[in-house]
Amino acid sequence: MRVVCPHCGERDRREFTYQGAAEILDRPAPEVENDAWADYLHLRENPAGETRDMWYHDPCGAWIVMHRDTVSHAVHGGELASEVRK
Amino acid sequence: MANLVARTACEGFLPVTIGSVSLSEVVIEKMASVAPFKGKEGAVSTALKEACDIAFPAPNRTTSKGGARAIWAGQGRANVIGCDLPDLAGLAAVTDQADGVAAVKIEGDAAEAVLARLVPLDLRAASFKRGHTARSLVNHMTASITRLGPKSFEVMVMRSMAQTLVHELTEAAEGVAARG
Repeated sequence: MRVVCPHCGERDRREFTYQGAAEILDRPAPEVENDAWADYLHLRENPAGETRDMWYHDPCGAWIVMHRDTVSHAVHGGELASEVRK
Repeated sequence: MANLVARTACEGFLPVTIGSVSLSEVVIEKMASVAPFKGKEGAVSTALKEACDIAFPAPNRTTSKGGARAIWAGQGRANVIGCDLPDLAGLAAVTDQADGVAAVKIEGDAAEAVLARLVPLDLRAASFKRGHTARSLVNHMTASITRLGPKSFEVMVMRSMAQTLVHELTEAAEGVAARG
């Protein structure tokens, strides 16, 4: 599997660490009620197909929001998490 | 007062020559990691140009002039080697790294073939030219790989990994040499 780093381009899978769904970036405000926090922490989609998830490119230290497909295994590309969530 | 003995990272392991490649230590006397704060990238580059005559490098690139050079070292960070940094207070996070890394120069006809056994990248001259650098792996170890010339590369790892780096490179070079 080849994964895309916005800085380094297409690289081998072994250079990356998978974290989880990209919903982790949509953190609720601290004062929001508990249900929203429970959802944020524990509820995840289980999509077949298009998905966005967080990958870390170990050698260059970039967090990446990866756009890929869990059915075809295609990697469509990635954006820097620092750009997605400013 | 204890009498401390100064040793370079690869002292006692290098230099070695195996087949058509030679491995030697790059002794780094001055090096600092420079990480510009948000929005200060331009100001840092300008300050570096004035003090060291080199710009802050773009991702996967190096800049150099005379003895000073800067190697891109990951997102928002570069290692500046061989020059006295200007005052970057308020512009960038600066950390002394001179004793923090081990750097090995690998040169010779088979240098690309040796690295091909360890690094999951195409380091041939057509795609990895002089002035190019990459953050990648040397076997299982994170490393910074920079092309120095047509047949020479610099591989930089954390200092604690010096002996591992020499071991990996030596083993790969022996494998390449054994094939003739």
